[in-house]
Amino acid sequence: MGELRLMKGNEALAEAAIRAGVDGYFGYPITPQSEVIEYLMSEKPHERTGMVVLQAESEVASINMLYGGGGTGKKVMTSSSSPGISLMQEGLSYLAGAEIPCVVANVVRGGPGLGDIQPAQSDYFQSVKGGGHGDYRLFVIAPASVQEMSDFVPLAFDVAFKYRIPSLIVSDGLIGQMMEKVELFDPIPRLTDEEVIARYPWATNGKPKGKERRILTSLDLDPHKMERHNWALQEKYKLIEENETRFELIGCDDAEYIIVAYGSSSRIAQKSIQLARKKGIKVGLLRLITLWPFPKKPIEEFVKNGIKGFLTVEMSAGQMIEDVKLVVEGRAKVEHFGRYGGVIHSPEEVLEALEQKLIGG
Amino acid sequence: MTEEIIIAGFGGQGVLSMGKILAYSGIMQDQEVSWMPAYGPEMRGGTANVTVIISDERISSPTLTAYDTAIILNQQSMDKFEHSVKPGGVLLYDPNGIIHPPTRTDITIYKIEGAKLAAEMGNTKIFNMIVLGGYMKVKPIVKLENVIKGLKKSLPERYHKLIPLNEDAITMGMKNVIEN
Repeated sequence: MGELRLMKGNEALAEAAIRAGVDGYFGYPITPQSEVIEYLMSEKPHERTGMVVLQAESEVASINMLYGGGGTGKKVMTSSSSPGISLMQEGLSYLAGAEIPCVVANVVRGGPGLGDIQPAQSDYFQSVKGGGHGDYRLFVIAPASVQEMSDFVPLAFDVAFKYRIPSLIVSDGLIGQMMEKVELFDPIPRLTDEEVIARYPWATNGKPKGKERRILTSLDLDPHKMERHNWALQEKYKLIEENETRFELIGCDDAEYIIVAYGSSSRIAQKSIQLARKKGIKVGLLRLITLWPFPKKPIEEFVKNGIKGFLTVEMSAGQMIEDVKLVVEGRAKVEHFGRYGGVIHSPEEVLEALEQKLIGG
Repeated sequence: MTEEIIIAGFGGQGVLSMGKILAYSGIMQDQEVSWMPAYGPEMRGGTANVTVIISDERISSPTLTAYDTAIILNQQSMDKFEHSVKPGGVLLYDPNGIIHPPTRTDITIYKIEGAKLAAEMGNTKIFNMIVLGGYMKVKPIVKLENVIKGLKKSLPERYHKLIPLNEDAITMGMKNVIEN
Protein backbone atom coordinates (compact mmCIF):
# COMPACT_ATOMS: atom_id res chain seq x y z
CA MET A 1 0.00 0.00 0.00
CA GLY A 2 1.24 3.46 -0.89
CA GLU A 3 1.70 6.33 1.54
CA LEU A 4 -1.56 7.65 3.04
CA ARG A 5 -2.03 11.39 3.41
CA LEU A 6 -4.79 13.87 4.13
CA MET A 7 -4.63 16.34 1.27
CA LYS A 8 -6.61 18.95 -0.60
CA GLY A 9 -7.57 17.97 -4.12
CA ASN A 10 -5.31 20.68 -5.52
CA GLU A 11 -2.37 19.46 -3.44
CA ALA A 12 -2.98 15.85 -4.50
CA LEU A 13 -2.94 16.96 -8.14
CA ALA A 14 0.36 18.77 -7.60
CA GLU A 15 1.99 15.88 -5.74
CA ALA A 16 0.77 13.52 -8.47
CA ALA A 17 2.45 15.71 -11.08
CA ILE A 18 5.80 15.27 -9.34
CA ARG A 19 5.26 11.53 -8.91
CA ALA A 20 4.05 11.07 -12.50
CA GLY A 21 7.49 12.12 -13.73
CA VAL A 22 6.39 15.47 -15.15
CA ASP A 23 9.27 17.43 -16.69
CA GLY A 24 7.70 20.86 -16.54
CA TYR A 25 4.75 22.60 -14.92
CA PHE A 26 3.88 26.09 -16.14
CA GLY A 27 1.10 27.96 -14.39
CA TYR A 28 -0.41 31.19 -13.21
CA PRO A 29 -2.29 31.50 -9.91
CA ILE A 30 -6.07 31.76 -9.72
CA THR A 31 -8.56 30.81 -6.99
CA PRO A 32 -9.74 28.08 -6.35
CA GLN A 33 -6.72 26.39 -7.91
CA SER A 34 -3.72 28.32 -6.55
CA GLU A 35 -2.71 25.52 -4.15
CA VAL A 36 -1.39 23.60 -7.16
CA ILE A 37 1.41 26.03 -7.93
CA GLU A 38 1.87 26.91 -4.23
CA TYR A 39 2.40 23.24 -3.36
CA LEU A 40 4.75 22.72 -6.30
CA MET A 41 6.82 25.78 -5.38
CA SER A 42 7.12 24.75 -1.72
CA GLU A 43 7.93 21.12 -2.54
CA LYS A 44 10.89 22.19 -4.74
CA PRO A 45 10.43 19.28 -7.16
CA HIS A 46 13.64 20.24 -9.01
CA GLU A 47 15.41 18.83 -5.95
CA ARG A 48 13.29 15.67 -5.94
CA THR A 49 13.08 14.76 -9.62
CA GLY A 50 14.57 17.63 -11.61
CA MET A 51 11.07 18.82 -12.57
CA VAL A 52 10.81 22.47 -13.61
CA VAL A 53 8.07 24.60 -12.02
CA LEU A 54 7.62 28.01 -13.51
CA GLN A 55 5.16 30.78 -12.79
CA ALA A 56 4.46 32.12 -16.23
CA GLU A 57 3.50 35.73 -16.92
CA SER A 58 -0.02 34.70 -17.95
CA GLU A 59 -2.23 31.76 -18.84
CA VAL A 60 -1.59 32.43 -22.52
CA ALA A 61 2.13 32.05 -21.88
CA SER A 62 1.57 28.86 -19.83
CA ILE A 63 -0.33 27.06 -22.57
CA ASN A 64 2.22 28.04 -25.20
CA MET A 65 5.02 26.82 -22.94
CA LEU A 66 3.20 23.49 -23.05
CA TYR A 67 3.28 23.69 -26.85
CA GLY A 68 7.04 24.22 -26.79
CA GLY A 69 7.86 21.74 -24.03
CA GLY A 70 5.40 19.09 -25.17
CA GLY A 71 6.71 19.42 -28.71
CA THR A 72 10.08 18.13 -27.56
CA GLY A 73 8.45 14.99 -26.15
CA LYS A 74 8.63 16.16 -22.54
CA LYS A 75 5.82 15.61 -20.03
CA VAL A 76 4.32 19.04 -19.50
CA MET A 77 1.38 20.27 -17.49
CA THR A 78 -0.54 23.37 -16.48
CA SER A 79 -3.59 24.09 -14.39
CA SER A 80 -5.95 26.99 -13.92
CA SER A 81 -9.56 27.83 -13.22
CA SER A 82 -12.33 28.80 -15.62
CA PRO A 83 -11.34 32.35 -16.72
CA GLY A 84 -7.72 31.23 -17.08
CA ILE A 85 -8.75 28.15 -19.06
CA SER A 86 -10.72 30.42 -21.40
CA LEU A 87 -7.50 32.29 -22.13
CA MET A 88 -5.85 28.97 -23.04
CA GLN A 89 -8.39 27.92 -25.68
CA GLU A 90 -6.40 29.14 -28.68
CA GLY A 91 -3.36 27.25 -27.43
CA LEU A 92 -5.39 24.09 -26.84
CA SER A 93 -6.67 24.17 -30.41
CA TYR A 94 -3.08 24.49 -31.68
CA LEU A 95 -1.89 21.68 -29.38
CA ALA A 96 -4.71 19.43 -30.61
CA GLY A 97 -3.97 20.37 -34.23
CA ALA A 98 -0.25 19.70 -33.92
CA GLU A 99 -1.00 16.54 -31.87
CA ILE A 100 1.15 17.50 -28.91
CA PRO A 101 0.54 15.54 -25.70
CA CYS A 102 0.10 17.51 -22.48
CA VAL A 103 -2.13 17.69 -19.43
CA VAL A 104 -4.25 20.69 -18.47
CA ALA A 105 -6.30 20.79 -15.25
CA ASN A 106 -9.32 23.04 -14.81
CA VAL A 107 -10.57 23.61 -11.26
CA VAL A 108 -13.87 25.09 -12.39
CA ARG A 109 -15.47 28.12 -10.71
CA GLY A 110 -18.68 30.01 -11.24
CA GLY A 111 -19.07 31.99 -14.45
CA PRO A 112 -19.57 33.48 -16.97
CA GLY A 113 -16.87 36.11 -17.16
CA LEU A 114 -14.83 36.55 -14.03
CA GLY A 115 -17.75 34.95 -12.14
CA ASP A 116 -16.85 34.00 -8.60
CA ILE A 117 -14.52 31.62 -6.78
CA GLN A 118 -17.09 28.99 -5.75
CA PRO A 119 -17.47 25.54 -7.36
CA ALA A 120 -19.33 25.15 -10.66
CA GLN A 121 -19.56 22.73 -13.57
CA SER A 122 -20.51 25.22 -16.22
CA ASP A 123 -17.38 24.66 -18.34
CA TYR A 124 -18.72 21.37 -19.75
CA PHE A 125 -19.43 22.75 -23.23
CA GLN A 126 -16.02 24.40 -23.34
CA SER A 127 -14.32 21.17 -22.22
CA VAL A 128 -15.99 18.67 -24.54
CA LYS A 129 -17.20 20.68 -27.51
CA GLY A 130 -14.01 22.62 -28.02
CA GLY A 131 -13.63 26.09 -26.56
CA GLY A 132 -11.12 26.71 -29.31
CA HIS A 133 -11.66 26.61 -33.05
CA GLY A 134 -11.62 23.71 -35.47
CA ASP A 135 -12.66 20.05 -35.43
CA TYR A 136 -10.75 18.84 -32.43
CA ARG A 137 -11.24 16.90 -29.25
CA LEU A 138 -9.52 16.71 -25.91
CA PHE A 139 -9.43 13.65 -23.69
CA VAL A 140 -11.56 14.98 -20.82
CA ILE A 141 -11.62 13.22 -17.48
CA ALA A 142 -13.51 14.26 -14.33
CA PRO A 143 -12.23 13.24 -10.88
CA ALA A 144 -14.85 12.91 -8.13
CA SER A 145 -12.51 12.57 -5.18
CA VAL A 146 -9.14 13.74 -3.94
CA GLN A 147 -7.86 10.21 -4.63
CA GLU A 148 -8.81 10.61 -8.28
CA MET A 149 -7.17 14.06 -8.43
CA SER A 150 -4.00 12.06 -7.83
CA ASP A 151 -4.75 8.90 -9.85
CA PHE A 152 -5.99 10.71 -12.96
CA VAL A 153 -2.73 12.62 -13.52
CA PRO A 154 -0.68 9.60 -14.68
CA LEU A 155 -3.76 8.29 -16.52
CA ALA A 156 -4.21 11.60 -18.35
CA PHE A 157 -0.55 11.49 -19.39
CA ASP A 158 -0.79 7.86 -20.56
CA VAL A 159 -3.70 8.68 -22.85
CA ALA A 160 -2.10 11.96 -23.98
CA PHE A 161 1.08 10.21 -25.10
CA LYS A 162 -0.61 7.07 -26.46
CA TYR A 163 -2.78 9.11 -28.85
CA ARG A 164 -0.85 12.39 -29.03
CA ILE A 165 -3.79 14.39 -27.68
CA PRO A 166 -4.03 17.06 -24.97
CA SER A 167 -5.76 15.72 -21.84
CA LEU A 168 -8.01 17.92 -19.73
CA ILE A 169 -8.71 17.10 -16.10
CA VAL A 170 -11.97 18.82 -15.12
CA SER A 171 -12.63 19.21 -11.42
CA ASP A 172 -14.08 22.16 -9.51
CA GLY A 173 -13.63 24.27 -6.41
CA LEU A 174 -15.22 21.61 -4.24
CA ILE A 175 -12.88 18.76 -5.25
CA GLY A 176 -9.93 21.17 -5.33
CA GLN A 177 -10.48 22.63 -1.86
CA MET A 178 -11.65 19.63 0.11
CA MET A 179 -9.36 17.24 1.92
CA GLU A 180 -9.68 13.50 1.81
CA LYS A 181 -7.53 10.47 2.37
CA VAL A 182 -5.18 9.83 -0.54
CA GLU A 183 -3.06 6.80 -1.19
CA LEU A 184 -0.14 8.18 -3.17
CA PHE A 185 1.20 6.10 -6.04
CA ASP A 186 4.87 5.17 -6.27
CA PRO A 187 6.90 7.73 -8.22
CA ILE A 188 7.35 7.15 -11.94
CA PRO A 189 10.88 8.24 -12.95
CA ARG A 190 11.20 11.06 -15.47
CA LEU A 191 12.38 9.90 -18.88
CA THR A 192 15.96 10.62 -19.85
CA ASP A 193 16.61 12.57 -23.08
CA GLU A 194 17.72 9.30 -24.73
CA GLU A 195 14.49 7.58 -23.70
CA VAL A 196 12.41 10.46 -25.06
CA ILE A 197 14.26 10.29 -28.41
CA ALA A 198 13.81 6.53 -28.61
CA ARG A 199 10.15 6.57 -27.59
CA TYR A 200 8.72 9.54 -29.46
CA PRO A 201 9.89 9.64 -33.07
CA TRP A 202 7.61 12.65 -33.70
CA ALA A 203 9.21 14.87 -31.06
CA THR A 204 11.17 17.92 -32.20
CA ASN A 205 14.27 17.48 -30.12
CA GLY A 206 16.95 17.96 -32.77
CA LYS A 207 17.37 16.65 -36.32
CA PRO A 208 19.22 13.34 -36.33
CA LYS A 209 21.81 13.02 -39.15
CA GLY A 210 20.43 11.49 -42.30
CA LYS A 211 16.83 11.71 -41.19
CA GLU A 212 13.96 13.95 -42.27
CA ARG A 213 13.39 17.24 -40.53
CA ARG A 214 10.57 16.91 -38.01
CA ILE A 215 7.92 19.60 -38.04
CA LEU A 216 5.11 20.04 -35.53
CA THR A 217 2.53 22.47 -36.80
CA SER A 218 -1.20 22.94 -37.05
CA LEU A 219 -0.82 24.97 -40.27
CA ASP A 220 -1.12 23.61 -43.80
CA LEU A 221 -2.27 25.99 -46.50
CA ASP A 222 -3.09 23.14 -48.89
CA PRO A 223 -6.75 22.39 -48.07
CA HIS A 224 -6.53 18.82 -49.34
CA LYS A 225 -3.59 18.08 -47.11
CA MET A 226 -5.43 19.77 -44.25
CA GLU A 227 -8.49 17.65 -44.93
CA ARG A 228 -6.35 14.49 -44.84
CA HIS A 229 -4.87 15.68 -41.54
CA ASN A 230 -8.41 16.17 -40.22
CA TRP A 231 -9.41 12.69 -41.39
CA ALA A 232 -6.47 11.25 -39.47
CA LEU A 233 -7.52 13.20 -36.39
CA GLN A 234 -11.08 11.89 -36.69
CA GLU A 235 -9.82 8.31 -37.04
CA LYS A 236 -7.80 8.81 -33.89
CA TYR A 237 -10.80 10.23 -32.03
CA LYS A 238 -12.86 7.20 -33.07
CA LEU A 239 -10.17 4.93 -31.62
CA ILE A 240 -10.20 6.88 -28.35
CA GLU A 241 -13.99 6.60 -28.18
CA GLU A 242 -13.65 2.82 -28.56
CA ASN A 243 -10.84 2.35 -26.07
CA GLU A 244 -10.86 5.11 -23.48
CA THR A 245 -14.48 5.66 -22.42
CA ARG A 246 -14.84 5.32 -18.67
CA PHE A 247 -17.83 5.40 -16.31
CA GLU A 248 -19.09 3.91 -13.06
CA LEU A 249 -22.50 2.47 -12.20
CA ILE A 250 -23.70 2.73 -8.60
CA GLY A 251 -26.89 0.97 -7.46
CA CYS A 252 -28.26 0.62 -10.99
CA ASP A 253 -29.23 -3.10 -10.97
CA ASP A 254 -32.86 -2.62 -9.96
CA ALA A 255 -33.09 1.09 -10.85
CA GLU A 256 -36.18 2.53 -12.50
CA TYR A 257 -34.62 6.00 -12.71
CA ILE A 258 -31.03 7.04 -13.36
CA ILE A 259 -29.19 10.13 -12.22
CA VAL A 260 -26.39 11.05 -14.60
CA ALA A 261 -23.65 13.14 -12.99
CA TYR A 262 -19.90 13.62 -12.84
CA GLY A 263 -17.35 15.09 -10.44
CA SER A 264 -18.68 16.70 -7.26
CA SER A 265 -22.32 16.46 -8.43
CA SER A 266 -21.90 12.69 -8.59
CA ARG A 267 -20.82 12.73 -4.94
CA ILE A 268 -23.82 14.84 -3.92
CA ALA A 269 -26.12 12.62 -6.01
CA GLN A 270 -24.92 9.53 -4.14
CA LYS A 271 -26.30 11.03 -0.95
CA SER A 272 -29.56 11.91 -2.73
CA ILE A 273 -29.82 8.30 -3.87
CA GLN A 274 -29.36 7.05 -0.29
CA LEU A 275 -32.18 9.39 0.77
CA ALA A 276 -34.37 8.28 -2.16
CA ARG A 277 -33.83 4.60 -1.45
CA LYS A 278 -35.03 5.16 2.12
CA LYS A 279 -38.28 6.42 0.58
CA GLY A 280 -38.51 3.38 -1.66
CA ILE A 281 -37.54 5.16 -4.88
CA LYS A 282 -35.44 2.88 -7.08
CA VAL A 283 -32.80 5.18 -8.47
CA GLY A 284 -29.20 4.52 -9.50
CA LEU A 285 -26.24 6.64 -10.54
CA LEU A 286 -24.39 6.68 -13.83
CA ARG A 287 -21.22 8.52 -12.98
CA LEU A 288 -19.33 9.81 -15.99
CA ILE A 289 -15.58 9.48 -15.54
CA THR A 290 -14.65 10.57 -19.05
CA LEU A 291 -16.67 13.51 -20.36
CA TRP A 292 -15.10 13.02 -23.76
CA PRO A 293 -15.28 10.33 -24.92
CA PHE A 294 -18.85 10.46 -23.65
CA PRO A 295 -20.13 7.17 -22.17
CA LYS A 296 -22.95 6.48 -24.65
CA LYS A 297 -23.18 2.72 -24.17
CA PRO A 298 -24.56 2.60 -20.61
CA ILE A 299 -27.24 5.16 -21.52
CA GLU A 300 -28.19 3.14 -24.60
CA GLU A 301 -28.44 0.02 -22.39
CA PHE A 302 -30.69 1.77 -19.88
CA VAL A 303 -33.00 2.96 -22.66
CA LYS A 304 -33.16 -0.53 -24.18
CA ASN A 305 -34.01 -2.00 -20.80
CA GLY A 306 -36.93 0.38 -20.44
CA ILE A 307 -35.65 2.86 -17.89
CA LYS A 308 -38.37 5.32 -16.82
CA GLY A 309 -36.22 8.41 -17.01
CA PHE A 310 -32.91 10.21 -16.54
CA LEU A 311 -32.10 13.18 -14.34
CA THR A 312 -28.84 14.91 -15.20
CA VAL A 313 -27.36 16.70 -12.21
CA GLU A 314 -24.72 19.28 -12.98
CA MET A 315 -23.76 22.61 -11.38
CA SER A 316 -24.77 24.39 -14.58
CA ALA A 317 -27.90 25.59 -16.35
CA GLY A 318 -27.94 22.26 -18.22
CA GLN A 319 -25.03 21.43 -20.50
CA MET A 320 -24.24 17.71 -20.15
CA ILE A 321 -27.97 16.98 -20.59
CA GLU A 322 -27.55 17.68 -24.32
CA ASP A 323 -25.18 14.72 -24.73
CA VAL A 324 -27.54 12.47 -22.78
CA LYS A 325 -30.42 13.54 -25.01
CA LEU A 326 -28.36 12.80 -28.14
CA VAL A 327 -28.13 9.18 -27.01
CA VAL A 328 -31.68 8.86 -25.70
CA GLU A 329 -33.19 10.36 -28.89
CA GLY A 330 -36.57 10.96 -27.29
CA ARG A 331 -37.04 7.35 -26.16
CA ALA A 332 -37.13 8.24 -22.45
CA LYS A 333 -37.70 11.27 -20.31
CA VAL A 334 -34.58 13.36 -19.67
CA GLU A 335 -34.63 16.23 -17.16
CA HIS A 336 -31.94 18.47 -15.72
CA PHE A 337 -31.37 19.82 -12.25
CA GLY A 338 -28.57 21.98 -10.96
CA ARG A 339 -27.72 25.08 -8.97
CA TYR A 340 -25.08 27.26 -10.59
CA GLY A 341 -23.07 30.43 -10.56
CA GLY A 342 -21.12 29.03 -7.61
CA VAL A 343 -24.03 27.61 -5.59
CA ILE A 344 -23.73 23.93 -4.69
CA HIS A 345 -26.97 21.95 -4.73
CA SER A 346 -27.81 20.01 -1.61
CA PRO A 347 -28.58 16.27 -1.66
CA GLU A 348 -32.15 17.14 -0.59
CA GLU A 349 -32.65 19.54 -3.51
CA VAL A 350 -31.54 16.84 -5.95
CA LEU A 351 -34.00 14.38 -4.40
CA GLU A 352 -36.79 16.95 -4.66
CA ALA A 353 -35.97 17.52 -8.34
CA LEU A 354 -36.02 13.77 -8.93
CA GLU A 355 -39.45 13.49 -7.35
CA GLN A 356 -40.96 16.55 -9.00
CA LYS A 357 -39.40 16.58 -12.46
CA LEU A 358 -39.11 12.88 -13.15
CA ILE A 359 -41.42 10.83 -10.97
CA GLY A 360 -44.28 13.26 -10.42
CA GLY A 361 -43.91 15.19 -13.67
CA MET B 1 -20.89 4.18 11.18
CA THR B 2 -21.00 7.59 9.55
CA GLU B 3 -20.52 10.79 11.55
CA GLU B 4 -21.34 14.05 9.82
CA ILE B 5 -20.00 17.10 11.64
CA ILE B 6 -20.06 20.86 11.12
CA ILE B 7 -17.53 22.95 13.03
CA ALA B 8 -18.23 26.69 12.87
CA GLY B 9 -16.84 29.81 14.46
CA PHE B 10 -14.58 32.80 13.83
CA GLY B 11 -11.46 32.69 11.69
CA GLY B 12 -8.47 32.26 14.02
CA GLN B 13 -10.27 30.00 16.50
CA GLY B 14 -8.71 26.95 14.93
CA VAL B 15 -11.92 25.70 13.35
CA LEU B 16 -10.29 24.40 10.19
CA SER B 17 -7.35 22.83 12.01
CA MET B 18 -9.64 21.12 14.52
CA GLY B 19 -11.43 19.58 11.57
CA LYS B 20 -8.16 18.58 10.01
CA ILE B 21 -6.96 16.83 13.19
CA LEU B 22 -10.30 15.04 13.43
CA ALA B 23 -10.01 13.91 9.81
CA TYR B 24 -6.41 12.76 10.30
CA SER B 25 -7.50 10.78 13.37
CA GLY B 26 -10.11 9.05 11.22
CA ILE B 27 -7.42 8.03 8.74
CA MET B 28 -5.30 6.70 11.61
CA GLN B 29 -8.12 4.34 12.53
CA ASP B 30 -8.60 3.17 8.91
CA GLN B 31 -11.76 5.16 8.22
CA GLU B 32 -12.83 7.22 5.25
CA VAL B 33 -12.77 10.97 5.83
CA SER B 34 -13.64 14.21 4.09
CA TRP B 35 -12.93 17.82 5.12
CA MET B 36 -14.71 20.55 3.21
CA PRO B 37 -14.13 24.16 4.28
CA ALA B 38 -16.13 27.20 3.35
CA TYR B 39 -13.47 28.97 1.30
CA GLY B 40 -15.58 31.63 -0.31
CA PRO B 41 -16.65 35.17 0.54
CA GLU B 42 -18.11 34.15 3.94
CA MET B 43 -14.63 33.13 5.05
CA ARG B 44 -13.30 36.51 4.01
CA GLY B 45 -15.93 38.07 6.24
CA GLY B 46 -14.33 36.51 9.31
CA THR B 47 -16.42 33.41 9.91
CA ALA B 48 -15.03 29.94 9.29
CA ASN B 49 -16.71 26.60 9.00
CA VAL B 50 -15.79 23.12 7.90
CA THR B 51 -17.76 19.96 7.25
CA VAL B 52 -15.98 16.82 8.42
CA ILE B 53 -17.28 13.35 7.67
CA ILE B 54 -15.83 10.19 9.22
CA SER B 55 -17.21 6.91 7.97
CA ASP B 56 -16.60 3.18 7.69
CA GLU B 57 -17.91 3.41 4.14
CA ARG B 58 -17.14 5.39 1.02
CA ILE B 59 -18.27 8.98 1.63
CA SER B 60 -20.94 10.36 -0.68
CA SER B 61 -21.56 14.11 -0.54
CA PRO B 62 -18.82 16.14 1.16
CA THR B 63 -21.24 19.05 1.57
CA LEU B 64 -24.40 18.66 3.62
CA THR B 65 -27.37 20.55 5.03
CA ALA B 66 -28.03 18.28 8.05
CA TYR B 67 -25.44 17.09 10.57
CA ASP B 68 -25.13 14.49 13.33
CA THR B 69 -23.04 16.93 15.33
CA ALA B 70 -22.58 20.70 15.26
CA ILE B 71 -19.64 22.26 17.11
CA ILE B 72 -20.51 25.94 17.41
CA LEU B 73 -18.13 28.62 18.55
CA ASN B 74 -19.86 31.95 17.90
CA GLN B 75 -23.31 33.48 17.71
CA GLN B 76 -23.42 33.81 13.91
CA SER B 77 -22.74 30.10 13.61
CA MET B 78 -25.38 29.31 16.23
CA ASP B 79 -27.92 31.28 14.20
CA LYS B 80 -26.86 29.48 11.04
CA PHE B 81 -26.43 25.89 12.22
CA GLU B 82 -28.58 25.21 15.31
CA HIS B 83 -31.41 24.12 13.07
CA SER B 84 -29.14 22.03 10.83
CA VAL B 85 -28.59 19.38 13.51
CA LYS B 86 -30.51 16.19 12.73
CA PRO B 87 -33.20 15.32 15.31
CA GLY B 88 -31.52 13.19 17.96
CA GLY B 89 -28.16 14.75 17.09
CA VAL B 90 -25.63 16.63 19.19
CA LEU B 91 -24.87 20.32 19.51
CA LEU B 92 -21.70 21.24 21.38
CA TYR B 93 -20.98 24.92 22.00
CA ASP B 94 -18.76 27.31 23.85
CA PRO B 95 -20.99 29.80 25.74
CA ASN B 96 -18.33 32.52 25.39
CA GLY B 97 -19.93 35.25 23.26
CA ILE B 98 -23.21 33.39 22.87
CA ILE B 99 -26.11 35.78 23.48
CA HIS B 100 -28.89 33.42 22.43
CA PRO B 101 -28.17 29.91 23.70
CA PRO B 102 -29.64 26.99 21.74
CA THR B 103 -33.27 26.21 22.46
CA ARG B 104 -33.94 22.95 20.63
CA THR B 105 -35.30 20.09 22.70
CA ASP B 106 -35.04 17.29 20.13
CA ILE B 107 -31.24 17.19 20.25
CA THR B 108 -28.70 16.80 23.03
CA ILE B 109 -26.90 20.02 23.85
CA TYR B 110 -23.50 20.14 25.53
CA LYS B 111 -21.46 23.08 26.79
CA ILE B 112 -17.71 23.44 26.93
CA GLU B 113 -16.06 26.53 28.41
CA GLY B 114 -13.22 26.31 25.89
CA ALA B 115 -12.16 29.96 25.85
CA LYS B 116 -12.24 30.22 29.65
CA LEU B 117 -10.29 26.99 30.18
CA ALA B 118 -7.70 27.94 27.58
CA ALA B 119 -7.15 31.25 29.38
CA GLU B 120 -6.79 29.37 32.66
CA MET B 121 -4.23 27.07 31.06
CA GLY B 122 -2.39 30.17 29.91
CA ASN B 123 -2.54 29.49 26.17
CA THR B 124 -5.44 30.64 24.03
CA LYS B 125 -4.09 28.70 21.06
CA ILE B 126 -5.14 25.37 22.59
CA PHE B 127 -8.77 26.51 22.68
CA ASN B 128 -9.71 24.30 19.76
CA MET B 129 -8.09 21.23 21.33
CA ILE B 130 -10.13 21.72 24.51
CA VAL B 131 -13.29 21.84 22.40
CA LEU B 132 -12.07 18.77 20.49
CA GLY B 133 -11.65 16.98 23.84
CA GLY B 134 -15.23 17.88 24.74
CA TYR B 135 -16.40 16.45 21.43
CA MET B 136 -14.40 13.26 21.91
CA LYS B 137 -16.04 12.73 25.29
CA VAL B 138 -19.62 13.12 24.04
CA LYS B 139 -19.02 11.32 20.73
CA PRO B 140 -16.30 8.71 21.29
CA ILE B 141 -15.63 8.12 17.60
CA VAL B 142 -11.94 8.96 17.36
CA LYS B 143 -9.62 7.50 19.99
CA LEU B 144 -7.14 9.72 21.82
CA GLU B 145 -4.18 7.62 20.66
CA ASN B 146 -5.27 8.14 17.05
CA VAL B 147 -5.65 11.89 17.57
CA ILE B 148 -2.06 11.97 18.85
CA LYS B 149 -0.93 9.92 15.86
CA GLY B 150 -2.85 12.32 13.63
CA LEU B 151 -1.16 15.31 15.26
CA LYS B 152 2.26 13.75 14.70
CA LYS B 153 1.40 13.23 11.07
CA SER B 154 -0.09 16.65 10.41
CA LEU B 155 2.30 18.85 12.40
CA PRO B 156 5.80 19.64 11.15
CA GLU B 157 8.53 17.97 13.28
CA ARG B 158 9.50 21.29 14.91
CA TYR B 159 6.07 21.49 16.57
CA HIS B 160 6.07 17.93 17.96
CA LYS B 161 7.21 19.28 21.33
CA LEU B 162 3.75 20.87 21.61
CA ILE B 163 1.93 17.54 21.37
CA PRO B 164 1.88 16.91 25.17
CA LEU B 165 0.30 20.36 25.67
CA ASN B 166 -2.35 19.50 23.09
CA GLU B 167 -2.97 16.19 24.84
CA ASP B 168 -3.46 18.04 28.16
CA ALA B 169 -5.93 20.37 26.45
CA ILE B 170 -7.92 17.44 25.07
CA THR B 171 -8.02 15.84 28.54
CA MET B 172 -9.14 19.17 30.01
CA GLY B 173 -11.96 19.31 27.47
CA MET B 174 -13.00 15.73 28.17
CA LYS B 175 -13.25 16.46 31.90
CA ASN B 176 -15.16 19.72 31.60
CA VAL B 177 -17.81 19.13 28.98
CA ILE B 178 -21.29 19.26 30.52
CA GLU B 179 -24.79 18.52 29.31
CA ASN B 180 -26.89 21.66 29.10
